[in-house]
Amino acid sequence: MGIIEAILLTVVTAATPLVLAAIGELVTERAGVLNLGVEGMMIMGAVLAFVATQATGSPYVGILAGIGGGALFSLLFGFLTLTLVANQVATGLALTILGLGISGQIGEAYVGMSGTKLPPIAIPGLSEIPYLGPLLFKQDLIFYISIALVIGVNWFLFKTRAGLKIRAIGDNHGSAHALGIGVIRTRYLAVLFGGACAGLAGAQLSLVYTPQWVENMSAGRGWIALALVVFASWRPWRVLAGGYLFGAVSISQLHAQALGLGIPSQFLSALPYVATVVVLVLISHNRRMTLINTPASLGKPFVPDR
Amino acid sequence: MSVAGASAERPLLAVRNLTKLFGTFAACNGIDLDIQPGEIHALLGENGAGKSTLVKMLFGVLAPTSGQISWRGEAVSIASPSAARKLGIGMVFQHFSLFEALTVAENIALSLDGTIPLARVAERAAELSRAYGLPLDPKAHVADLSVGERQRIEIVRALLQNPQLIILDEPTSVLTPQEADRLFETLFKLRAEGRSVLYISHRLEEVQRICDRATVLRHGKVTGACDPKKETAASLARMMVGADVPHVSAAGTSTKGDVLLEARHLDMPARTPFAVSLKDVSLKVHAGEVLAIAGVAGNGQSELFDALSGEYTVADQNAVLIRQRPVGQQGITARRLLGAGFVPEERHGHAAVTGMSLSDNLVLARNQSDRKAFLGGGVLGIIKYVAVRLASRRISEAMDVRKSGDDPTAGSLSGGNLQKYIVGRELDRQPAVLIVNQPTWGVDAGAASRIRQALVDLAKSGSAVLVISQDLDEIFEVATEVAVISEGRLSDIYPASALSREKIGLLMGGLQGQPEALTEAAHAH
Repeated sequence: MGIIEAILLTVVTAATPLVLAAIGELVTERAGVLNLGVEGMMIMGAVLAFVATQATGSPYVGILAGIGGGALFSLLFGFLTLTLVANQVATGLALTILGLGISGQIGEAYVGMSGTKLPPIAIPGLSEIPYLGPLLFKQDLIFYISIALVIGVNWFLFKTRAGLKIRAIGDNHGSAHALGIGVIRTRYLAVLFGGACAGLAGAQLSLVYTPQWVENMSAGRGWIALALVVFASWRPWRVLAGGYLFGAVSISQLHAQALGLGIPSQFLSALPYVATVVVLVLISHNRRMTLINTPASLGKPFVPDR
Repeated sequence: MSVAGASAERPLLAVRNLTKLFGTFAACNGIDLDIQPGEIHALLGENGAGKSTLVKMLFGVLAPTSGQISWRGEAVSIASPSAARKLGIGMVFQHFSLFEALTVAENIALSLDGTIPLARVAERAAELSRAYGLPLDPKAHVADLSVGERQRIEIVRALLQNPQLIILDEPTSVLTPQEADRLFETLFKLRAEGRSVLYISHRLEEVQRICDRATVLRHGKVTGACDPKKETAASLARMMVGADVPHVSAAGTSTKGDVLLEARHLDMPARTPFAVSLKDVSLKVHAGEVLAIAGVAGNGQSELFDALSGEYTVADQNAVLIRQRPVGQQGITARRLLGAGFVPEERHGHAAVTGMSLSDNLVLARNQSDRKAFLGGGVLGIIKYVAVRLASRRISEAMDVRKSGDDPTAGSLSGGNLQKYIVGRELDRQPAVLIVNQPTWGVDAGAASRIRQALVDLAKSGSAVLVISQDLDEIFEVATEVAVISEGRLSDIYPASALSREKIGLLMGGLQGQPEALTEAAHAH
């Protein structure tokens, strides 16, 4: 395995949690809900995945625990913002802070333990392809799920009736309600999906990226995922591309240090946000693109008036 | 049309004694309505007459307080729009419920049940739009379409349900005359197929042209059911605005005072494609007068308010004069400092910040004009809350504002009470000039009469008052002079006592400048 291949492998590993969390948040936001608690849901997924893996010895149980933890945590967000109509921004921020705190508490006894790494699954035949094979077809289950989710979400949002309803709710929840679409119910499902994806992203951190528990190990990836959704202008394929771009940037910090390049790591870690700001400026210049891609009712609370 | 003849005895839709109360206010009061198969039935009435409330109940958007709806002879309760659609009722709303980010086909698909695959919806929509002469590109994004095209989507969307009754709420208010003609042809096609159309409008000429029967509403009650083709515009207008002219209260003094508010050949180009441009508007309001501007909504009332209040300035400094000082290019604060007060139409978010307390709202409105009373500390502008609270309490008492607590948020007040407070906030300054847009819009009767009385009293004390209103009862109650605005042009100013409701109705309906129509009205009178 050459140095380039090794670097690319780390890029894939760094990008996967970003793609996962962002694709989940993309669905949530397409339904018009802004959940800023991605970081909190992610870290809950990470700690629960690690704990469950230690308890059962199976990282696959850990994956389920991570998904469940993220989803459960998002349910709390859903209850507060959708049922009780609390402010989404404040609730999301609270969710992040709460998640970081609770996960630290749960994981206290597990700090320093060596974990179980999720084994890679080689796809027969394809994994033999030189260069590309080990990179794409000799990966762990979560990587495959992340790719499948991007394809699946893209198909679901733009080719199915249920996806159309989600986009309709995100665009104009009043009209969607008038048409008899269950706005609150659909939003709950979208929030749950976002939480499950963030939880899975967390599981990837504690089972693949660094198979151990470290407090605050999500290290701002939830925020990058949020930025990534905007960067991708709410389009699934762009989440995939942007996720790998952001992943490469974050990995380049390490390699830049290792290679002794004189680029400050702070600059590199700021790059994803700079890129997002640039994209935001670009799309806000184009009224048509904003109208068509941005969920117009994003972050607005919905109270049925009948 | 044979369908109509065959089942004329059994109406498609029959409404008996339908009532909708909002609190104690009856938006609809004992309405009876019959719609026969294969007819275009007009629902006529002024703004606030209860037309929208009635059709919302027919379409399951609002639940009636009491009364009965029968569909094909059977009593039904329409619990939701989808229940209405299942019965065979389709509706095209005045404000479209379209999704801008989605394509035409996707918008249509959303209102269909799940049995038709998405891919086929575009085909069906294209078929229908061809059949009824409603050209549409299924792949276009709604955000890129004109208002007329958007309405076509709504109509196609309603037609895909194969409805027997289609309700159109003020469909031509957003259309160009050419688009309107096209719409009428579609309606005739629908009628020829034996479908019924309930056509809501306040445009008499249109109703006479296309409708077979008409039901006229006024103040939530049916005031007439007729064949509009056999009626004159004047008789329809009388049903719409009421024949019982109340005594005009002599609001002003008999001697005219100085001109306090004046517009001289005021022109203002339309700011958006849907706004109205003001054309050569001239008016004078003397001290002691209440000039009421009547007119159908969307004929330039809000633009006139903006120009007179200074929310939008005009290029010609001499086009607007307050107390004989030219202020055309001056902003709202400068005009307030000259002694003018303004009450815009929209209570929530325009006249008041709903999330802030009444006293905060008071400071927001009057922090410049009452700087000495409300602000201290020189340049620091520290708010003197004791003074503000006292003023706020004084206003509440003067206008009998019912509220919970001493200083609640503006949004917690009922519409009527908030409006009383907002009007009171201006009256409290004893303005020399007061400009009010829709002073009692959506306000209960008690609050409305209180506000009107306050306007009359202000004029009596020597101020000039300009009221923009769509409510003729209100106009006759408060006005000493009346003018009508239509398509951005203002009619001559008449003394209120010299105007009949019919004449105002005709001027409102856009028949201005058609002398024969006005003579007809005079005959009917």
